[in-house]
Amino acid sequence: MSGNPEKSAVTSEDKAVTIPAQSGGATLKQGPAQGETLLKVTGLQKHFPIRKGLLQRQVGAVKAVDGLDFEVRSGETLGVVGESGCGKSTMGRLITRLLEPTAGKIEFEGKDITHLGVGGMRPLRRDVQMIFQDPYSSLNPRHTIGTIVGAPFRLQGVTPEGGIKKEVQRLLEVVGLNPEHYNRYPHEFSGGQRQRIGIARALALNPKLVVADEPVSALDVSIQAQVVNLLDDLQEELGLTYVIIAHDLSVVRHVSDRIAVMYLGKIVELADRDSLYKAPMHPYTKALMSAVPIPDPRRRAAKSERILLKGDVPSPISPPSGCRFHTRCWKATETCRTQEPPLLELKPGQQVACHHPENAEDQAPQDTVLLSAATEAIEVVTVGGDEPAKTAAEQTPEPETSEPEMSEPEASASEGSASEGSASEPPASEPSVPEPSGEKRVKE
Amino acid sequence: MLAYLIRRLIAVVIMVLVVLLATFTVFFMLPKWAGQDIAVLFAGKASGAEQVEGIRTKLGLDQPLLVQFWDFVRAIPMGRDYANGTDVTHCPAPCFGYSFRTEEPVWTTLKDALPVTGALAAGACVLWLAAGVATGVLSALKRGSLWDRAAMIAALGGVSLPIFFTGMVAMGIFVHSLGWVHIEDNLSTDDSIGVWFQTLLLPWIVLALLNAAMYARLTRATMLEVLGEDYIRTARAKGLGERVVITRHALRSAMTPILTVFGLDLGVLLGGAVLTESTFNLPGLGLAAVQAISSKDLPVILGVTLFAALAIAVANLVVDLLYAVIDPRVRLA
Amino acid sequence: MTDIGKSGAAVGEPVAQGSPAPTAFLEVRDLKVHFPTDDGLVKSVDGLSFQLEKGKTLGIVGESGSGKSVTSLGIMGLHTAGQYGKRKAQLSGEIWLDGQELLSADPDEVRKLRGREMSMIFQDPLSALHPYYSIGQQIVEAYRVHHDVDKKTARRRAVEMLDRVGIPQPDKRVDSYPHEFSGGMRQRAMIAMALVNNPELLIADEPTTALDVTVQAQILDLIRDLQKEFGSAVIIITHDLGVVAELADDILVMYGGRCVERGPAESVFYEPRHPYTWGLLGSMPRLDREQTDRLIPVKGSPPSLINIPSGCAFNPRCPYADLPKDNVTRTVRPELAEVGSRHWAACHMTQEQRERIWTEEIAPKL
Repeated sequence: MSGNPEKSAVTSEDKAVTIPAQSGGATLKQGPAQGETLLKVTGLQKHFPIRKGLLQRQVGAVKAVDGLDFEVRSGETLGVVGESGCGKSTMGRLITRLLEPTAGKIEFEGKDITHLGVGGMRPLRRDVQMIFQDPYSSLNPRHTIGTIVGAPFRLQGVTPEGGIKKEVQRLLEVVGLNPEHYNRYPHEFSGGQRQRIGIARALALNPKLVVADEPVSALDVSIQAQVVNLLDDLQEELGLTYVIIAHDLSVVRHVSDRIAVMYLGKIVELADRDSLYKAPMHPYTKALMSAVPIPDPRRRAAKSERILLKGDVPSPISPPSGCRFHTRCWKATETCRTQEPPLLELKPGQQVACHHPENAEDQAPQDTVLLSAATEAIEVVTVGGDEPAKTAAEQTPEPETSEPEMSEPEASASEGSASEGSASEPPASEPSVPEPSGEKRVKE
Repeated sequence: MLAYLIRRLIAVVIMVLVVLLATFTVFFMLPKWAGQDIAVLFAGKASGAEQVEGIRTKLGLDQPLLVQFWDFVRAIPMGRDYANGTDVTHCPAPCFGYSFRTEEPVWTTLKDALPVTGALAAGACVLWLAAGVATGVLSALKRGSLWDRAAMIAALGGVSLPIFFTGMVAMGIFVHSLGWVHIEDNLSTDDSIGVWFQTLLLPWIVLALLNAAMYARLTRATMLEVLGEDYIRTARAKGLGERVVITRHALRSAMTPILTVFGLDLGVLLGGAVLTESTFNLPGLGLAAVQAISSKDLPVILGVTLFAALAIAVANLVVDLLYAVIDPRVRLA
Repeated sequence: MTDIGKSGAAVGEPVAQGSPAPTAFLEVRDLKVHFPTDDGLVKSVDGLSFQLEKGKTLGIVGESGSGKSVTSLGIMGLHTAGQYGKRKAQLSGEIWLDGQELLSADPDEVRKLRGREMSMIFQDPLSALHPYYSIGQQIVEAYRVHHDVDKKTARRRAVEMLDRVGIPQPDKRVDSYPHEFSGGMRQRAMIAMALVNNPELLIADEPTTALDVTVQAQILDLIRDLQKEFGSAVIIITHDLGVVAELADDILVMYGGRCVERGPAESVFYEPRHPYTWGLLGSMPRLDREQTDRLIPVKGSPPSLINIPSGCAFNPRCPYADLPKDNVTRTVRPELAEVGSRHWAACHMTQEQRERIWTEEIAPKL
């Protein structure tokens, strides 16, 4: 309860932040022009080996990221959404090279950085910075704010014009903190202010690309908005390029120009923001968006329909064959089970990996027989309505109640075999791994 | 689970082998490097050169190092015959060699000392576990109270006071002044249970006091941590009584770290409570080690060391297995 | 304590001051929960009143430190949990559950109500379930505290509840441990445990915050179904306005340990009459609206509960703090006043001012 949170939030968050004149020292660089490819990722994979048994042999791998292709253009914000365990955080750590990719290629400004060592990455660390989720654990409690924000200069051996202290104070001002708080410690700041400190640290070396992993999810609603607006302003003023990873679809929509939706280590849809939210093509995107609770009680009264996916995300150790979503998809057919759909641009600015996309021409029209799992995969719930819920597959008759029919073998394939080694299953098929779902977000 | 068990067992075997090698090197090679002749040490300074050479051949000290080590290791499960021509001495398994001093097999010394050490350790650990955990739990529940502070100050005292001090004081009061208990000087398996109990009572209490203090502090700290857990709140939200919440929910979780320390302590204790045994003059492993050290009786030192290492390894193994019983999450690992 | 009568009348019929016989199923009157600490008195809840009928859902909304969780723990009598040796929490006010006052009742009586009459589900089901006991053991325990049955019967009941909350193969999964469940299934198991004794009141404290959005939808759906089936009263505590809009009949917005606005969900969402509620609505990006350029955040940070600002607790963050005359926002604490049908707000601005600001300045920007 020390410090004075009210006082130190100096800038009015609602106004655009005014950026003091650039000191123009050694840190200034000429970035690529707007719209050019800054980061290019091809076939990116990260498998975490699972070791088991007497000799700790590798018996499998958590395929956290399993083949990603995307580009980040200079000056844009790429949003990455997905549920816990879909590999979005791993992806963030791969493109900042905090993790070593298993396969694939990462190019930054045309330079291959996939397997650069610590030394080789050092010059690049200036250009690529990361903002973390938890503003409480990501700041060293024993260091002052000045030390924390100034650390990148010391690590890179850069002395900005006017000295580190002056530059740090300028940065604090940029992110809306009082420069006089240079000598304070992290515990004297509130969560939102700590996140500003994290942002100031990331901005210290004038990076080109900022990767933010859940930058606002640990913050209170009213504080979230402050930080989101700050990120917006900084992008405008400094011409930053962002990759923002988040689970909150509304936040991602608000901040992003383009959005990648991930499911089980793959991108299922990558599209411009408006296309994605107005006409999502991948069934998973559609389900994900419809699951977001809308702060509007009248929609409940208006009997809006919601697609309710059953079960949990399957285990990334042995992801389903073909399309990874077919175990939970209400449109799944035989093709989906056997063939993996490629990520294709079905509309300018909208790539999707689906055989039977929504809002677009069917990619496998000859294949019409639904998998039995599909008929039970979801329910469409009439939110707030009095009618019993009905299953989505129009072909099937309505079941009596909305009670999830989980005892059926098909349904249990979607939830039972999902992720965790159940006691009822032989342990050999379910090696112990970090759990792919559920608790993860709490821990991250 | 089976793989887990086997992995642990292999780890124990490897550890014992490493200890064997290390102790062998230290105890048999060191005198050699220091310019002392083991055969002379064994024979005694007054012996003639011929006698020394005889012993050298008999003990195999003229063999290459590796052969010596192999003979030494093999003797433990198989037994060994020391031979110099017709002069054959059979050392039955488990053979740890012969004492320089008593010229008896080391195993005899260990065998005689084990019951004392075992009884001392068993009694003391029951006492300290009960007293320490109970005190710790009460302290945690009444955190900040007079009881808590008194208990923690007492615990601090218990931890800081050395055993020879508390031991001496206890003996002075209860044996010499009040005469409440009688301490049998040379405890052996022939003595009655009553004699054992009387003799061991004070060592138990003194040893338990030291450890109980530590366990009280440990229990208090872990209990406080566990009591703040969400699942304790859930247990209360179910409407469980406070007693059930504490015992069935909190204490079970708090036992895990206590068990870890306990396994280690018990292992160390089984290798001989040197200070306690010396203070009370109990003929246990610790005392045997002290006497062996003072008389440079290398084979005995070696035997006690090996046994102590084995005790710790086995105690840890048991703790690891108990973990799996207590915490279902370990079973998967 | 003039605000007892005033705010106690909150939802439903006005209640005469000090009336000992509340008509509502759950009635909280002027609840205060204060925690003495070395730094000062933490006023987590500072005069809260509301009523709740069976079959209805009350959504309590607020940011961290607004006192929403402490309120629920206070009702359950769990506010001292994990508080060993710390100075005792000071509680005052009245909590009436089904005609029985809980704060003055014998703690053992309240314990017997816990889990049977009222039960609770928590934010993080992984840490809320004991890692060393199987799901079944934990549900059986919850059942047998309140029912004198043998283990077999209780186990059958546990399987039945697991089935009801949508756990596949409940007869097998009943023997699983919490770490063998996914996040969503754990929360289902938690709900099964909370409902095993058919409680009349269910308190859900951020029940979906730790879950993924598709799982959140499943759990919210489940809670809604179960409420319909069991007809219990539900209090749902959350920071997410979307979640309350899904479930709640009435909404109570908390700030700095007090209620700043309360009313039917529709009124609070469509005619909010407190600047803090406006701030919450403006802070969240919304999927159901057109893309906006900027969010409208609330400036500053939530107040310290030791030094709650004098006057209106929200005044340092309120853009309209200077509208009422004589600096009254900084000196006088505003009481809840009726602003519509069953709708109350605690603000010094006049009704007209607030209506004008909402319709002209705030609503168009949302």
